[in-house]
This record gives sequence, structure tokens and C-alpha cells, in this order.
Amino acid sequence: MAGAEDLKLLGMWASPFVLRAKLALSLKGLNYEYVEEDLKNKSELLLKSNPVHNKVPVLIHNGKPVCESTVIVQYIDEAFAGTGLSLLPSDPYERALARFWAAYIDDKLLPSWTKTSRGSTEEERAEGKEQSAVAVENLEGALRECSKGKPFFGGDNPGYVDVILGGLLGWVRASEELYGINPFDPAKTPLLAAWAERFGALEAVDPVIPEVNKLVEVAKMMQAKLAAEAAGASN
Amino acid sequence: MALFIKGVNYEYITEDLSNKSELLVSSNPVHKKVPVLIHNGNPICESLVIVQYVDEFFAGAGVPSILPADPYERAIARFWAAYVDDKFFPAMAGIVLVPTEQERVQKVKETFAAIEPLEEAFAVCSKGKAFFSGDSIGYVDLALRSLLIWIEVIRRMCGLEIISASKTPRLAAWAERFGETAAAKKVVPEADQALQYGKKLQAAASAAAASKSK
Repeated sequence: MAGAEDLKLLGMWASPFVLRAKLALSLKGLNYEYVEEDLKNKSELLLKSNPVHNKVPVLIHNGKPVCESTVIVQYIDEAFAGTGLSLLPSDPYERALARFWAAYIDDKLLPSWTKTSRGSTEEERAEGKEQSAVAVENLEGALRECSKGKPFFGGDNPGYVDVILGGLLGWVRASEELYGINPFDPAKTPLLAAWAERFGALEAVDPVIPEVNKLVEVAKMMQAKLAAEAAGASN
Repeated sequence: MALFIKGVNYEYITEDLSNKSELLVSSNPVHKKVPVLIHNGNPICESLVIVQYVDEFFAGAGVPSILPADPYERAIARFWAAYVDDKFFPAMAGIVLVPTEQERVQKVKETFAAIEPLEEAFAVCSKGKAFFSGDSIGYVDLALRSLLIWIEVIRRMCGLEIISASKTPRLAAWAERFGETAAAKKVVPEADQALQYGKKLQAAASAAAASKSK
């Protein structure tokens, strides 16, 4: 069983990608040391551990760094295969489905949300909104297909896709206050809305998700900063 | 290539991407893209997902492994494959697909910057052996190899050498070695054919940009 000194996670509290790693560690019941990084002043350890991207999260296990959130989550599942929940299913086809939807979340869902909130033109933001609607609809279908009526993408217990999507929950909750939008609208995507409640309430999950009002505060600060820059730029 | 390495027989269907078949559209409703592997009627989509599926399903004594057994080495392999897909490929494809010269210059810069970590990675991963994964073709080898044909096309179209013996000697040697393997000889398309296709793609991208700006 790994002691706290074997596992170290370099992260930033608001990052959904870091949250994925925390969720995986928590769901597997693993102890680890968490190091909060100041992304404007990155530590030597971070730069040395992730020289290619200089990004968080980085999981350091027995001194060896693992980077990229989806790679980290799979690593945690495989290196600690005997401990706690299995995040990836054992059947190769179901594993392929899980990996497909995890890739979809990163390649299609996330970029559409970013476009909606941070698109530089109104046209781009509208396009983002359209793409987001398609993406959540597809995910609703995915949840139906993967869960087969059970509570999670992983079935009876949360699995890989639950963790990958779960990383976004903090920002999903903040979105309502920031933009008046619930990305998992119960009227349009009832399964996802119910999943978000259920997953978020899990004992291993609830304490790990960043507080919504703190996320809102950070987002408002960012928005103000961007607005000031834009105003300054146009003077 | 993954199927060849595993010695698995399969039926290959060429799709006309301007006129996609019912089978493709129903098997990959989300993306409507190739490749799609259909195994016993079950469709699997996304190239790296397919490769991992093939590796896991067709595993056994005497069958070569595409991903290593050790979890840490698997993490490293997945990291570099993701790098190829998320950092290297978009830059390189951009050279052919972006409509303006200014954007092309930017993409060329990005591509040359993106290949450098891969040159370093080869030294670390191969540990002096022939491939990223050691003695035999593995996950990162497949991820990057599939792009070599386009690197060749770009060389012919634009005179750019993204992989060269002078700037990226390890990758250049790896590419040559890989080209000599049975997998590459059997499966990789001809550069001439690819060049024709590349030209078509570039023309289509320019036309789309021109009509958009009207």
C-alpha cells in the first residue's frame, strides 16, 4: 500500500484537469502529498517534471513523473490495479468505448465550452453554443449507452469516463452563476443532470470538488482583467 | 499497421470521404470519420483507441505487444502518442491546410519546434534500440509512423525537411529503419498517391477560405 511519501500531485486548485487526478486518487483510496503550484511562478520541480508542457497536473510516483490528466488517470488505475475501484472496465470493447468518450470530452466538449465563454467574436461564441449543444446531446447518449440504466458511465460504480467528465463539475456548477447556463440542463439532458448530482454527492468526490463561490470569484477576476486589457488596447 | 503486427486478418473497405457509406455513418455517427474497426459487428472509432483495442483483444503468448506491460512505460507511451496527435499533427497538417502564406509560415515554425521534443524522446524511450518501444514496433512508433507519409508529401510540395539526417538524426534513422519493416512495406500507401491527395486537400482548403471571405 503506497504511503503519502510515494505519491505527489502537483496541481492548481481551480484546474479541472488536476481535479481528474484528485478524483482518481480519491476513488481508489490512495494517500498522496498535494503541492499547490503558482502558475505565474512555476516551481523547479514542476518545470523539471514536465519539461515538454510545463503544465499541471503532474503525478510523481516514486520520483517518476506522469503528465497529462488522461494519462495520469489511466496510470493510477493500472499501477494500483489491486487497490480500490477499477476505473477502466475489464472487457476490451467496453474499454474502447470508455476511451472514445474520454477523448470526445477533451476534443469536442471542452473546446466548445471554451469557445462559448471565451470566443473573441459574437459569431464564434454563437458557434460555440451550437457545438456545445451537440456535444452534450452526444454525451447524454453516451451515458445511456455506457451506464445501461445504472448510476454511472462505469455502471454500478464510477469509472474512467465519470472521472474525466467529473473533473469539469466545479466549472459546470459555477457556470450557472457566471453565465446563467446549466451545461447539463435537466430539461434537455436529464441523465447528465442526474449524473452530475449523483457523482458530485459521492463521499470520495464531494470534498474534492473546488468550492463554487471561489471558482466564480476567480472567473470574475479573469473577466475583469480581460475587459480592462481590451479597453486599454482600444484607447 | 497494428492489425498487421498482430497477424490478424481483416477485410479492408476504402471509403470515399466525399460520399461516405451508410456503414461508416452508422458505425461512427458521432464523428463520421475513418478509421473505424468493426469487430463482430461492434464498431470502434478513433485511431489510438483502435490500436489499444487491437493490442488488448489480440493478446497472448507469442503475440507481439504494442503497448508495454509496465504501467509507467505505458504512461510514457501514451504521453508521447498524445503529443504526436495534439501538438505535432495539427502544426504539420496546418502547413498544407492553412489558406494564407502568413499562417503557413507560423505552422512551419510550430512544426519544427514540435519535432524537437520527439527527437529527444526517441533517445530516452528507445534506450539505444531500434524503435521508441525498443526492439519491436510499439505504440509511439505507430502514432508517429502514420504521419511520415505526410512529412514526405510536405517535403515534395514545399521543399521542407521536417525530419532530416542533419537536424533530427535519430528520427531520420528510425524512419528509414521503419520503412524496411514488413509492416511498413505491406501497409503504408505510396508517396506519389499521397502527394496527389495532399494537393487536392490544399486546393480544397484554399477554395473554402476564398469563398468564406467573399
